[in-house]
Amino acid sequence: MVCDSCKERDAVVHLTTIENNAVNQLHLCERCAADRGVETTVAAPKHPLGEFLQEVHKQIASTSTDSARCSFCNATFSDFKATGRWGCARCYTNFEAAIRELLRRVHGNHRHVGRAYHPPMSETLERAAVLGELKERLRRAIESEQFEVAADLRDRIRVLE
Amino acid sequence: MTLDLSLLPDGGVGWLDASGPHSDIVLSTRIRLARNVEGFAFTARARDGERLRVLAQVREAVAGISSLDDAVMYRLDELPPTSRALLHERHLVSKELAGLDAQHPVRSGAAVFLGDRVGVMVNEEDHLRLQALRSGFALQDAFASIDKLDRDLGSRIPFSYHSEFGFLTACPTNVGTGMRASVLIHLPGLVLTKEIGKVLASLQQMGLTYRGLYGEGSEVVGNFFQISNQTTLGRSEEELLDQLLRVVGHVVEREAEARRVLLRDAGYIIEDKLWRAYGTLRYARSLTFDEAMNYLSGVRLAVGLKLISSLSVYTLNKLLIFSQAAHLAFAEGRSLTESETSLARARYVRKALEKEAGSVG
Repeated sequence: MVCDSCKERDAVVHLTTIENNAVNQLHLCERCAADRGVETTVAAPKHPLGEFLQEVHKQIASTSTDSARCSFCNATFSDFKATGRWGCARCYTNFEAAIRELLRRVHGNHRHVGRAYHPPMSETLERAAVLGELKERLRRAIESEQFEVAADLRDRIRVLE
Repeated sequence: MTLDLSLLPDGGVGWLDASGPHSDIVLSTRIRLARNVEGFAFTARARDGERLRVLAQVREAVAGISSLDDAVMYRLDELPPTSRALLHERHLVSKELAGLDAQHPVRSGAAVFLGDRVGVMVNEEDHLRLQALRSGFALQDAFASIDKLDRDLGSRIPFSYHSEFGFLTACPTNVGTGMRASVLIHLPGLVLTKEIGKVLASLQQMGLTYRGLYGEGSEVVGNFFQISNQTTLGRSEEELLDQLLRVVGHVVEREAEARRVLLRDAGYIIEDKLWRAYGTLRYARSLTFDEAMNYLSGVRLAVGLKLISSLSVYTLNKLLIFSQAAHLAFAEGRSLTESETSLARARYVRKALEKEAGSVG
């Protein structure tokens, strides 16, 4: 198909416009399309994470936060760049400003409006964590037929429960 | 440790039974929530001991939750690769948790709790991946069950949560609600009428995305698409679900319309094509996975159009799952080469169709 405008080059852009309820189809070559202000080069990556990482890359280049480390998990910004994954929940506070900007790009927003959450009280938790661990050890003790260890663990679980 | 899937409340495939709304077009609905346990590095960065402690904590919490009363737990890190592949083929665990990727070998502490159409993956990319599966197009039902599970678990385990960013996840694309709601949908009508491109493009404009049968990174095969929300932050769970509900509802209508058009305008061509698909499945001696998927897609369409009446959608759904490599190897009781798998697949499909063949034709 030849370009509708210059009638020389191949038409690669197919532009549909609607004016006064009439549908017009124009077939244009790249140059004529550009003359009319139609963008033909699509550089945006398909997946938003790709875009996200590109941004991270730029930011790192400009602000050299590359070596900044998360105080909890010790992960750096370049770890994130390499894997696309944060190291821990604390990374979100340690890199907060950068993350806010980047989340805006991925989700078009940086504010959670879904269900609000309040974690349970810590006392119950500690007990639950210890119990969980003891029960896991008990399971292993029974599996490996260490019955004395198992009996001891069972007593400790009983006390906690 | 050997894998006994019969222990599962419904064999783990209750969501295949085609009992849900629009199940001729929508196979299943799945919602997953990503959650992390406060106080530990995310799974990939955590040490072995940390992951085991996360698992122990989840185990303790699960014991008191009614919807997981009959749940069965599998330690993926204690299962051989074939069993892990079996769970993955049933859509019960992700590829990452099953450690089937060369990039992601199975992690210590990787486990799954499987109840009646709900499950909890532990030490996936996030510490917890809660999921609910339903037959057909049943977003609200799936959400009700997963929301309850989330609240139950969240009152026993402290989840990582930030007042501005919401639930915190390893990958920034999941942060906020941590929710990915997806619908596995069969769209042969839109593919045959060449409408599919437009439909998929409009999905992306609406903030939705699509993938293949096995989620992220998987190919679209057999005209099966998984449509899900793209973003997780800045909109509430209800808004995200509502959007998906409306858009997928619209896609279902367009698929139904495309099927009517096909029958009206190309009746005998379509009929011939679909019967050929059936014939191939019924008599072929060797079938690759992609071939089987494509012919099953045709037969599924034929059943939807009522050209074939004696075959149930449930049978076809089961074929989709049970004709995969790990299931065939499991049924044969040994590992199979690629060509042996194709032979076993053709044999399996033939038998299943023969059983229901009574009045076909």
